[in-house]
Amino acid sequence: MQFISNDINLNITGRRGIAFAFSLTLIVISILSLIIHKGPNYGIDFSGGTLVQVKFSDRPEISDIRDGLNQIGLTNSSIQNFGPIEHNDFLIRTSISEMAGEGFSNAISEALKEATGIEPDIRRIEMVGPQVGKDLRKKALLAVFYSLLFIAIYISGRFEMKWILSGVTAGALMTAVYFLSIFNMSMVILIAVAIAVTLVLFWYLKLKYALGAVVSLIHDVIITVGVFSILNLEFSLTIIAALLTIIGYSLNDTIIVFDRIRENIKQMHKSDLETIINRSINETLSRTLLTSLTTLIVLFSLYFLGGEIIHDFAFSMIFGVIIGTYSSIFVASPILLAWGKRS
Amino acid sequence: MKILTWRGTLTTAVLGVALIYLIPTVFPDSWPHKKINLGLDLQGGMNLVLEVQTEEAVETTVERTIHELKNELREGNIKHNGISLDSNNSITAVVTGKDNIDGFNRILSKSFNTLIIVSTQKQGETTSMLLKLPDQERDSIKKMATQQALETIRNRIDEFGVSEPDIRIQGENRIQVQLPGVTDTQRAKDLIGRTARLNFQLVDETGDVASALKGTPPPGDVILYQTKIDPRTGQTVKTPFLIKKRVLLDGSSLTDARVMIDSQYNEPYVGIEFDRKGARIFERITGENIKKRLAIVLDKTVYSAPVIQDRIAGGKARITGNFTTEEARDLAIALRAGALPAPVKILEERTVGPTLGADSIRMGILSMIVGGILVILFMAVYYKGAGLIADLALIVNILLIGGGLAAFQATLTLPGIAGIILTIGMAVDANVIIFERIREELFSGKTPAASVRAGFERATLTVLDANVTTLIVAVVLFQFGTGPIKGFAVTLGLGIIASLFTALVLSKSMFDFFISRKKVSTLSI
Repeated sequence: MQFISNDINLNITGRRGIAFAFSLTLIVISILSLIIHKGPNYGIDFSGGTLVQVKFSDRPEISDIRDGLNQIGLTNSSIQNFGPIEHNDFLIRTSISEMAGEGFSNAISEALKEATGIEPDIRRIEMVGPQVGKDLRKKALLAVFYSLLFIAIYISGRFEMKWILSGVTAGALMTAVYFLSIFNMSMVILIAVAIAVTLVLFWYLKLKYALGAVVSLIHDVIITVGVFSILNLEFSLTIIAALLTIIGYSLNDTIIVFDRIRENIKQMHKSDLETIINRSINETLSRTLLTSLTTLIVLFSLYFLGGEIIHDFAFSMIFGVIIGTYSSIFVASPILLAWGKRS
Repeated sequence: MKILTWRGTLTTAVLGVALIYLIPTVFPDSWPHKKINLGLDLQGGMNLVLEVQTEEAVETTVERTIHELKNELREGNIKHNGISLDSNNSITAVVTGKDNIDGFNRILSKSFNTLIIVSTQKQGETTSMLLKLPDQERDSIKKMATQQALETIRNRIDEFGVSEPDIRIQGENRIQVQLPGVTDTQRAKDLIGRTARLNFQLVDETGDVASALKGTPPPGDVILYQTKIDPRTGQTVKTPFLIKKRVLLDGSSLTDARVMIDSQYNEPYVGIEFDRKGARIFERITGENIKKRLAIVLDKTVYSAPVIQDRIAGGKARITGNFTTEEARDLAIALRAGALPAPVKILEERTVGPTLGADSIRMGILSMIVGGILVILFMAVYYKGAGLIADLALIVNILLIGGGLAAFQATLTLPGIAGIILTIGMAVDANVIIFERIREELFSGKTPAASVRAGFERATLTVLDANVTTLIVAVVLFQFGTGPIKGFAVTLGLGIIASLFTALVLSKSMFDFFISRKKVSTLSI
């Protein structure tokens, strides 16, 4: 069985203008959505607050739940159904994080029982203090930044033998971020600036492969974050894990194409870079799509069967795999042509 | 034909070790006694992050220093116009007259040479000095406080009876406590979070509580409350007491604390016993203060304030306070384990009920099986014979992840299960890369054997490069992640290593085996 024949030859690099325009549109929409929503919708992991998952033995009225919460001072909480309606599982969120120490679970359980008349089962409580939330946000941003840098070093080293150049550059960036992070600077701005500086430096140092890979990774992350923002989904620690996995996954695809480009450059001295890149993308197309397919199979299984807690994780992975596959075909390799068509 | 290739031997050995490590997970209590630990999100339990208020430990030390300083001054007959604790935990001392200033300085350099003089202000005869502990000393007090808090909390949890608790210091002054399987989270939190500082202080019966409540309490006194639940109305009643600040005796002299039942009222109380020195002090204070009220203050709350009837020898006392048996038991545990050197604040709490954990495991495993079967079917249909090799590699891959989790005593979390599921999708990738390459080689007209050789040769580097980058991500996630995320990083990392191994070693040896057995003219791929 074969979906894509061995002699396929699509003109992908020739249509890179369309792809770039498409990607740019998606990025602009993502950033606009982030601006309109005033940043990502941080879950309690990052903003601090309390989350309670409660299961009732029978269907309660949401207004009754709210009354019960009001009685114990949780006036500004959001209540939403969690999973299928017939499960009677509810998620209660509040920005208050100071309650947990003082008989909180008993208090909430009693208040809900009194207000709804139904026995509640407190299945999960997560309380994150504002300071911890801030720390976690910082850690998450650093994790994204460091993985991008380490990946860049590895790619520059493996594909262009520029271990030292990329290593020193990344080392300097890391040190700068480390020292700047000590002064209470906004982490979001710091990391955004650091990534921008990274891109400019790589451009000047002509670390082509690393730049191609990093640009496509940032592309994937921004668009996935944008989709979360548009759908108003919550950002939690697991979503950061998903984003980082998408980075690893998309990179996996990108590297396989790069690897083929490297191999073909040696064999096809006479062809120009664009032909080589287009040929390499076509040769690896079957593998790229197949792997995405098998990964999507399991991710969909996780999405539909894995339960409510893992739902958003599976969703972001599914979306990320699709966008990552797209970017490794249409974004990462064509960027190598930005320095001209000669190899 | 070689049956015992190095690849085949290695595969068998690695698989064997993985299977051995999986035995205890399937059959509990068997050798080698290393099970896959389930994370709190899967088995239910509580995860707490506490912050030790280390600044308060510094404050306690400074207060004690002031107390000692005053004592020494009194003994040396040196007068002062007030020594007090400032904000920022520094000491302000005001001394008048040359003799007093000289004497003060002498005592300072003799017995309190750790204090540094930050500034001195002279106004005529009066000198006021600002003293503080050196930063190094403050840091070490803070560090000690965190360390000691960890030990105390560990002792309390051990007595509370939680199997396999995990208590560790996080950062500078945070303590992470993981209590698997705990259902009564409220009780556990109360037990861990209580400072349990027990003080014996006299009640100031000359002062007027009512006027102190309106204004400021008389110097040397503090207002503390006793809380009681009115048995008729069920309301909490707070009674204010004017308590002398001076602590006559504290919980550090305790040797034992046990729950006892009052035979008269059939009510539980906590009976405490002092060590020899504590017993002597207790005897002295009770002897000196007959007919006065001695307050038993626990964490700034008055538990009882009985009138001392007689000198009490023998070093025994009781703490009453309308306890339930459970409350009395927990208080006794806290007192036995000792007081926390400083109060703790709960910064983060995550509690998962056992039913939710069980649901998560069930759904996680279900999606793993369904996803796995779909991928296995797809590979068999798409690559036929070679697909079966990939399927075998996939199954071995999952066994290796399981064995690895057990061998490293790693914790399996819900994101960790997601990591395994993801690995199922990605594990076949290495095989896909190789198979696609072999197909390309066949397409270019090579013989099956040559195609397989060339395919593996060329694809190996690609597979390595592609997986190392994902491994980098796994390492970064492990480094920066907490709890469940770490679990995800572990399974992802193990999955990558396992899939490298199965693709490059296991699949290769199986291809070699089938190709070398007969002169194959076609390849089922």
